[in-house]
Amino acid sequence: MSFATMLLQLGKGMLVTAEIFVLTLLFSLPLGLVLAFGRMAKNGFLRGVTKIYISIMRGTPLMLQLFVVYFAPYYVFKIPISSSYRIVAVIIGFVLNYAAYFAEIYRAGIESIPVGQYEAAKMLGYSKASTFFRIILPQVIKRILPPVTNEVITLVKDTSLAFVLSVTEMFTIAKQIAAAEKSMMAFVAAGVFYYIFNLLVALIMEKIEKKLSYYK
Amino acid sequence: MNLLEINHMQKSFGNLEVLKDISLTVKEGEVVSIIGPSGSGKSTLLRCATMLEQMDGGDLIYLGKHAAKDVEQKSVYAKKEELKQIQKYFGLVFQNFNLFPHFSVIKNVTDALITVEKMPKKQAVERGKKLLGQLGLLEKANAYPYQLSGGQQQRVSIARALALQPKILFFDEPTSALDPELTGEVLKVIKQLAKEKMTMIIVTHEMQFAKELSDRIIFMEDGVIQAQGTPEEIFASKNERVQNFIGKF
Repeated sequence: MSFATMLLQLGKGMLVTAEIFVLTLLFSLPLGLVLAFGRMAKNGFLRGVTKIYISIMRGTPLMLQLFVVYFAPYYVFKIPISSSYRIVAVIIGFVLNYAAYFAEIYRAGIESIPVGQYEAAKMLGYSKASTFFRIILPQVIKRILPPVTNEVITLVKDTSLAFVLSVTEMFTIAKQIAAAEKSMMAFVAAGVFYYIFNLLVALIMEKIEKKLSYYK
Repeated sequence: MNLLEINHMQKSFGNLEVLKDISLTVKEGEVVSIIGPSGSGKSTLLRCATMLEQMDGGDLIYLGKHAAKDVEQKSVYAKKEELKQIQKYFGLVFQNFNLFPHFSVIKNVTDALITVEKMPKKQAVERGKKLLGQLGLLEKANAYPYQLSGGQQQRVSIARALALQPKILFFDEPTSALDPELTGEVLKVIKQLAKEKMTMIIVTHEMQFAKELSDRIIFMEDGVIQAQGTPEEIFASKNERVQNFIGKF
């Protein structure tokens, strides 16, 4: 196999990797916020349920969670699993897992905003919703960017776990090529791909941080 | 008509009775200062009056409308919609400003007008700039709070409260977070407002200021109003506790 063919195949895998990455963020970032609200709810039952959920998601391996999401429909409900469900299961698994981590980051950020901000907003007549979305959330986003960047970078690397469900993302392909060619080259190339991906992520997050540095 | 009427306000935190039986009325144009030692309940009174805290017993009445009504020694609050209306009657200036750090000065002053009151932006900015001009802050309109001194920040927060044109303005120790150099510029603004017949209730430790400015001074201790009267009456009071407290300044 020529070097160019290998890059092309890895590139195709990269698209699947990027798909898992983008879809996971798209769903887990808002879901994390919902979970954070649950975690801070006045209702004790709701608070307890979210706490347990987050604890399980953080306390068990992501790989195991992917297996559970993939096999549960068959083992629990006897629904036959089609092969197109693989990528869906991967994304569901990633979203459920990452939302738990994001929830804790949101919670820490929200709880770090001084109560005076809420009181000032109340005095000025802001509704609860506009207090949160206009006054609190923008300040929270600025504060949580560094830990969110950490998670996002971890996510880029975690996408390689999709290989356990035989989703042909980049890492799966790299492994196949390496086995067929009896060479390290594919692994090295995959490593470079991941590294560049994360370099871009870090650059973008830095840009956003800079953009939000207009106030203290 | 009384702008504010408080009858038998009572408030406890756990077993600690912070406000015991506070009754107080404020007329239009009146400037009332509340003084007293730390822990006397001044701030709690202000927080209950501005509905940041719920009182346990007593009436809270703004312009004849009940925000809270005493029913068998328990305060029963009006419906949410009514409270929203009543909330518009007053504003509060905080000890530590509580400006919105991510908003520019002009946005701090106008955002509630635009977002809450649905005033057209142009009109809101006009009003905001006029207020900032009156408070000597026009050239800071586009600055962010962190770029301002404490005194300037406090003046912005006064402008922010005034923008909504409240009938009563509460101040919670407005100069306590400022060093003495900056205190003067804030007091000057409050004096100006008094001249313009703004109704104000001010919790303060600035005795001289309270004396010069107030129509009435209320001395609180241990959750009750120990004495109240004109500044002359309070400063000449024979009440031992009042004398003791004022003597320290």
